[in-house]
Amino acid sequence: MQVAAFWALAVTAVASGVAVFRVDSMARATFALLASFLCVGGLLLLLDLHYLGALVVLMMIMEMLVMAVFMVMYMMNPAGLMPMTMIHNGRWALGISVAVFAALAAGIVLTPWPPRRGAPPDDPTYALGEAIMGPKMLVMMGIGLAILATMIGSVVLSTDRGRYDREDPR
Amino acid sequence: MTLDAFLLLAAALFSVGLYGALSQQSIVMLMMGLELMVNGIVVAGGAFWYYIAPGAADGQVLVLVAVTVMALEMAMGFAVVTALFRARDADLTDDAEDLRG
Repeated sequence: MQVAAFWALAVTAVASGVAVFRVDSMARATFALLASFLCVGGLLLLLDLHYLGALVVLMMIMEMLVMAVFMVMYMMNPAGLMPMTMIHNGRWALGISVAVFAALAAGIVLTPWPPRRGAPPDDPTYALGEAIMGPKMLVMMGIGLAILATMIGSVVLSTDRGRYDREDPR
Repeated sequence: MTLDAFLLLAAALFSVGLYGALSQQSIVMLMMGLELMVNGIVVAGGAFWYYIAPGAADGQVLVLVAVTVMALEMAMGFAVVTALFRARDADLTDDAEDLRG
């Protein structure tokens, strides 16, 4: 059952990932990407990571809905009215990514992975919470600072006037 | 379900994302490629936690960081696209190649 679910989710994740760059409409591409994220969320649930799986599912639904709005804003080829190619350097990009996949796959198959150490805790969410509030506190602080910097940076970048500019200079 | 299968899936997602990031003309589509690459890292982090060291929470913390990176990358990416579009009406990577080496 679990194996079947794994393969179904894995194949769907990769297939919808490929679909992101195959469909014509950028809005459709957003929802293909959302499908890929949902499959990855399901895979995390299969690994007993209930909190992180639910986090990925909920966060990515919101993120892709916001993204869909921006996608419509910056859409090339709106409503299929201007058929055009959306890629450049396609052959090189394909070659490089196939080579990277081959190298990664060779590394994955050939590396003697160490045996499993320890057993999963009864409640992985509790273990994660203890880690980020204890020994991994620095990671949490870094994430917090990065989020704050992003909030300030994105507002500064996307407004068209500074703090003391007037909206309509006279 | 083995570690190899999970890692191969992660590698496939990463490579598909890399193809998108290298080949797409639209800057927002390029960001979709980057998101797919981070998606692969999420899978790999979860698999490493479960199959190698479930006793420590390191893998889970890595997944948490990767998910945050995805959200921040999207926010900053859209801010940069908006700034570029406002400054010179550009939404294609080919219109923004000032730093080309």
